[in-house]
Amino acid sequence: MLNKTDYDLLASIAGLHGLPSGAFSLRQNGQGVQLQSSENVTVTRKTDKPGIDIVVKPGTKNETVYIPVIVTESGVNETVYNDFEIGEGADVTIVAGCGIHNDGCTDSEHDGIHAFHLRKGSHVKYVEKHYGEGSGEGGRILNPTTLVEMDEDSRCEMEMTQIKGVDSTIRNTTAHLGKNAKLMVLEKLMTHGGQVAKSNMDVYLDDTGASVQIISRSVAKDGSVQVFHPKAIGNADCRAHVQCDSIIMDKARISSIPEITANHADAQIIHEAAIGRINNDQLLKLQTFGLSEEEAEAVIIEGFLK
Amino acid sequence: MLELKHISFEVPADNATLGILKDVSLSVEDGKILVITGPNGGGKSTLARIIMGLEKPTAGQIIFDGKDITGLSISERAKLGVGYAFQQPPRFKGMTVRQLLKLARGSALTECECCNLLSKVGLCGKDYMDREVDGSLSGGEVKRIEIATLMARKLKLAIYDEPEAGIDLWSFSMLVDSFRDISCRNNESVILISHQERIMELADDMAVIADGQVQRYGTKADVLPYLMQDFNETCRFKRSRQEVDGPC
Repeated sequence: MLNKTDYDLLASIAGLHGLPSGAFSLRQNGQGVQLQSSENVTVTRKTDKPGIDIVVKPGTKNETVYIPVIVTESGVNETVYNDFEIGEGADVTIVAGCGIHNDGCTDSEHDGIHAFHLRKGSHVKYVEKHYGEGSGEGGRILNPTTLVEMDEDSRCEMEMTQIKGVDSTIRNTTAHLGKNAKLMVLEKLMTHGGQVAKSNMDVYLDDTGASVQIISRSVAKDGSVQVFHPKAIGNADCRAHVQCDSIIMDKARISSIPEITANHADAQIIHEAAIGRINNDQLLKLQTFGLSEEEAEAVIIEGFLK
Repeated sequence: MLELKHISFEVPADNATLGILKDVSLSVEDGKILVITGPNGGGKSTLARIIMGLEKPTAGQIIFDGKDITGLSISERAKLGVGYAFQQPPRFKGMTVRQLLKLARGSALTECECCNLLSKVGLCGKDYMDREVDGSLSGGEVKRIEIATLMARKLKLAIYDEPEAGIDLWSFSMLVDSFRDISCRNNESVILISHQERIMELADDMAVIADGQVQRYGTKADVLPYLMQDFNETCRFKRSRQEVDGPC
């Protein structure tokens, strides 16, 4: 039985205001609480380790699969393996995410390992939100690992957001792109207090026509620390564009470590990175609309991370 | 009504101070257009920024509708109905044109209102509303959107700093008509900083600022002929120099 805190977390991470009607899996405090399959999407619990298998039938169109995880007990520490098999020509949205509410004094940690295999011509929109709250001194720790295998002509859009309340996160993302496969990654991050966030991303463009666009937008406040290490490796006639933009505030620290490798003469790989304070003219401009400096700052950050 | 009384602005420079503005006094009556012109670096933009509160004068008073606003913040002045279009507007990553115009208005903005505002500055609303005000827009496009942010507001005093910069000839004509409309329809006072003769033609009053001082101030009828004469004399001087020295 879910309580108000559970529902609030589900709304924050997945926009859910109740359990969905289609395929879904809900995990709470280290246990698979409920799962449901649809006609085209099978969701089954793994028997050898924690996690689920999600199989999307070839040709499935316009289905959304929800797989939220909520942690409301202090001291939960789990590693969960979720495997996604996306059939040929399927077009689905997967809404993942983890919310931790920790009122206790021991750490709560969820490490989700998501492995995707996109078959020929399939399309996945993957939306993942991480969120933490609670009054306890125990840490709220999330370490997501995402592995993506993309076959010919497949397309994957990943939107990964961590806006509030997660004390420590190490995100590892690895993708292998086949012929004409297209990957778009949008990573949005805001850290505050003493939070630490690291993101490593390795994208291998292995066949002709593969392309990737990685956009990372982050805001670091207070004494928080962020480290980005995106790598694009071109092994064929391919295109990659990596763009990391960060706003730094207070006493925060940000490192952006780009790495681009071309192992083929026709690989076109671009990396852009910028770290800086909020532009003073932006603040002044919004104040000329009647906003206070604090309101202007909030509007700029909200727009930047939109 | 805006009254500037003995405004001075100094900045530190090499163990001394540099006077950017020196004892500037001007006024703009309700519903009137004041065009400020003069050579680059003369202090025009600094004066505009002082009126909006982006810079604090080192001496002098700013009186707006009978109230001394010299010590008010930017947002306090904005709430009294003062608006300022930047000469070089900032860009906002992630913010759409529609969102920026809505922020300027301070309330909801319908799609139709948004389109109307953009068409006044020569942009097609449908093409631009959902675009981000970032590096993907050209300097001229950002400039027009900046002007539209002022048109979105209900102002008592609008200050435009070189609105013609980066605007093509076709849109420029539309812009001139828009400035005329604003002043007539809304009884809005307008300060236009410009070097363009067609914008000067809109003026009720004109001021020439050079070397931080008001060199000439009066009605358009008083100031514009003086400027034209000065311009013609400069051209004649240059032509005679070329005849003596040959083309450079």
